[in-house]
Amino acid sequence: MFSVTLRSLGRQVHQQNKSLAPLFTYSKNGLNTEASFDTKPFKLHKLEEGPSTSVTLSRQDALKYYKDMQMIRRMETAAGNLYKEKIIRGFCHLYSGQEACCVGMRASMRSYDAVITAYRAHGWTYMMGVDPAGVLSELTGRSTGCQRGKGGSMHMYIKNFYGGNGIVGAQQPLGAGVALALKYQGTDGVCLTLYGDGAANQGQLYEAMNIAQLWKLPVIFICENNGYGMGTSVDRASASTNYYTRGDYVPGIWVDGMDVLAVREATRFAIDHCATGKGPMVMEVVTYRYSGHSMSDPGTSYRSRDEIQEVRQTRDPITGFRERLLSTSLATAEELKDIDQEVRQVIEDAVKRAKADKEIGLEELTADISCNPIDTRVRGVTAFDTLTHRRLGPAVNNH
Amino acid sequence: MMLKNAFKYVGLRGISTSRPASAQLTVRDALNSAIDEEMERDERVFILGEEVAQYDGAYKISRGLWKKYGDKRVIDTPITEMGFAGIATGAAMGGLRPICEFMTWNFSMQAIDHVINSAAKTFYMSAGLVNVPIVFRGPNGAAAGVAAQHSQCFGAWYSHCPGLKVVAPYSAEDAKGLLKAAIRDPDPVVCLENEIMYGTAFDVSDEVLSKDFIVPIGKAKIERVGKHITLVAFSRAVATCLDAAKELSAIGIEAEVVNLRSLRPLDFDTVMESVKKTNHLVSVEHGWPQSGVGAEIVSRMVEGPGFYYLDAPPVRVTGADIPMPYAKTLEDNSLPQGKDVVRVVKKILNVQ
Repeated sequence: MFSVTLRSLGRQVHQQNKSLAPLFTYSKNGLNTEASFDTKPFKLHKLEEGPSTSVTLSRQDALKYYKDMQMIRRMETAAGNLYKEKIIRGFCHLYSGQEACCVGMRASMRSYDAVITAYRAHGWTYMMGVDPAGVLSELTGRSTGCQRGKGGSMHMYIKNFYGGNGIVGAQQPLGAGVALALKYQGTDGVCLTLYGDGAANQGQLYEAMNIAQLWKLPVIFICENNGYGMGTSVDRASASTNYYTRGDYVPGIWVDGMDVLAVREATRFAIDHCATGKGPMVMEVVTYRYSGHSMSDPGTSYRSRDEIQEVRQTRDPITGFRERLLSTSLATAEELKDIDQEVRQVIEDAVKRAKADKEIGLEELTADISCNPIDTRVRGVTAFDTLTHRRLGPAVNNH
Repeated sequence: MMLKNAFKYVGLRGISTSRPASAQLTVRDALNSAIDEEMERDERVFILGEEVAQYDGAYKISRGLWKKYGDKRVIDTPITEMGFAGIATGAAMGGLRPICEFMTWNFSMQAIDHVINSAAKTFYMSAGLVNVPIVFRGPNGAAAGVAAQHSQCFGAWYSHCPGLKVVAPYSAEDAKGLLKAAIRDPDPVVCLENEIMYGTAFDVSDEVLSKDFIVPIGKAKIERVGKHITLVAFSRAVATCLDAAKELSAIGIEAEVVNLRSLRPLDFDTVMESVKKTNHLVSVEHGWPQSGVGAEIVSRMVEGPGFYYLDAPPVRVTGADIPMPYAKTLEDNSLPQGKDVVRVVKKILNVQ
């Protein structure tokens, strides 16, 4: 009878394909400190067993994941607005809709694991430790930006996070190289190397996977499959859209990327595989981006508004998660509303700073071209302009 | 008194650091020692590339290293330049000091995105956070009879890019000192060697043979002092200039030969000092003329104070503006030889 009640609660939740079998474990103040859920099954490639579909979520983690996903959602919305106001220039690729991917993955990472991704990187930048003000100010070219305004949207870095890479696919072998360094230096660290469905066809991916498998590099090749490579749907770009199998001899897992807990579980499994010397793994996380490829793309010429709406209404990672928390009493509606408020405030403040902070100074034009500059004279735009090289950054590999 | 003088003489000889040649060293062995010594010195240094390990190196530059250091530090790669150059670059970002060998620089075109976009630019883009201490090295330019796809000089392409350092050794001393400097450097360095020079032996001093011998990047060397005309070159073209200088000397023209040693930074100050003395400049290279290294040297000469020291237009001697042909006669006429430099010098100095 108890289970019938649970199941009817489950049905009230907007879950298209997710099975929901919450199990209450411990109750305090009417709120539970823990709950269990079932995720969609994982699809496995060259693996005897995969991640567990039964996951446990603590209240503490629940609130953290919720807040992080909301923060990214709001931060990206703010970035979109700043772009429309023409305060952000150039490229701006938004992560809205894909929040469960970086939040879920980060949840299973150890402090010394590394990440490298492509240009849809703001969400990752935040999860790796740059606060929203650091991200937004970088986008607006302020000296308080995480890269002082030198990098912009596609080139944000922080310890253990190797960007932010503008050339499609370049990060694939780079990530395998970071993994090599982690292994060479005697750690059991792994490098999460992310790429999109478009980049999944890059030759250098297969070159990197070949070497990773041969040399047993601890790299997780993660395809964030959002269905489109710019304006080209996966069916029009890939002869095989089973990205988790594309590693051939490299084992792979297919994951529901809209479920932060599934992502967390799969990542934990993959990290364990790589960290115990079994070589690389491929993970395909199926997700969706609400906005176009970038701010220059409305995102509606190659897909219908109905499709976008449908995902928002039935598969949104944040909405789905919220409903899980409420239905299992891991959090109250009030609490979540408070978090929403807090997030809104943080982003509002960040936007203010992104607009008001000082722009990077002209003297930094010639800063940090080299770590060890030999000739500090740098030619400017004419033969009569000689500028001076400056060294400002900490250069993590200079010892 | 005589005894005291004798001791003084012996004492001076004992502490002498001048350059009596104590040995002969081929460019190949110079590069080999450089890599060996730096691997011994710093555990993070490792070498990867096609055939570098069990084959002892396609051109035997890495001979003996796999036997000495093993699989962890001397690594054979599959024939996938883009993949392994990217992996090497990532390893450098992650804190190691890789030496990435391209079997020839022609194959680097498959990986050039990583040399430029991943390695050269990252320090700047990251506002000085992530430096990339990698060395890309291999033979550059024409070999003998290897035809068009295997004969290109990449000096101009790589020296074009800010964020890269580019060295181009000529002698054994250059090869050892520059490669060691490159390996110790915390920035990405491109080392353009020359296959034809690998087997050439040079007299070297004890200093060159020592484990801490470094040739500073960005500093040219006067290979031959002269007063009538300045010949500037790098890599194998230095030999071409020295050949020409010998021939010119016989007719009373003393050419000063400047060995650039590095293409970026390019030591133009040394070239300038030389031209102040000689008032004439010829740049010699084996690469193609259009937008080449010589174009840069000549431009710098005429757009600055150098213009006023010149008594004649500065001129370039380069490879012919053609893809490299195979047949010997054609090949010989594709690249400048000593006699071509002599011909140009006579023309500039208005000598019959």
